[in-house]
Amino acid sequence: MKKAFPIVGLLTAILLIYALYMALIGAPTERTMGDVQRIFYYHVPSALIGFELFFINFGASVLYLIKRNPVADIVALVTAEVGVVFLTVNLVTGPIWARPVWGIWWTWDMRLTSTLVLWLIYVSYLFLRRFSSSGETPLLAAALAVLGAMCVPFVYFSIWFFRTQHPQPVMGGGGSIDPRMLHVLLINWLAFSCFAFLVGWSRYRLETLQREVDHAHALQSLLDPRGSAR
Amino acid sequence: MKGNPYLVAAYAVTWIIHITYLGTIVRRYARLKREIEELKRPGVRS
Repeated sequence: MKKAFPIVGLLTAILLIYALYMALIGAPTERTMGDVQRIFYYHVPSALIGFELFFINFGASVLYLIKRNPVADIVALVTAEVGVVFLTVNLVTGPIWARPVWGIWWTWDMRLTSTLVLWLIYVSYLFLRRFSSSGETPLLAAALAVLGAMCVPFVYFSIWFFRTQHPQPVMGGGGSIDPRMLHVLLINWLAFSCFAFLVGWSRYRLETLQREVDHAHALQSLLDPRGSAR
Repeated sequence: MKGNPYLVAAYAVTWIIHITYLGTIVRRYARLKREIEELKRPGVRS
């Protein structure tokens, strides 16, 4: 696995450059919005990858609740963290797109508000993991993650159930899209999925190493309490 | 494609967020490496 990392990294970098080229030059210009519509190729994949990662987090959290598997706990932590990064990108690029198109940076409609609430749930999950020193933290975090994951379908389908400013989804929804634009969207989705996998992989290795070092420190303080107090 | 400032801002901010996060991972990894070296030093039992 360790040897595959640079190869996967290189392929991902090539794919990201190609996806960027397609988003900025290859994709046709949208008739009403113009070039600003190209934000779509970063905005939508970021949300989709965030949702995917939260679903993996949900699966890992359920597994941890059932089996108390430490690997599942690390996977849950990593997917939540990387998922928050992608959802942050979505929440930041959204207003930058909304300003020239809607004339406003933000509106408290159902899609935008529910996405913000979802982001806050996973940020609170990360705060819990970072600042709680209780031995029960992974268990509490897993319970919170299960509740957080319940919000993901609500966020996705909120534009069906409520009248909102946000357009309909281009996949599995009532919206329509030029096939060439859909093609570029899928390339960007694939490129950012590979990137998310690589970042998650690095973060997983870091967390595993961190736990090994923590374990070594704990062992050291048990064997030599005076030495560790220095 | 013309240089639309909103488009440039959205793409730039995306990469700033991703690179900042990658930077924190690299920094934490370097710190851990130092800790491991400390633990491996003779006289330090682990």
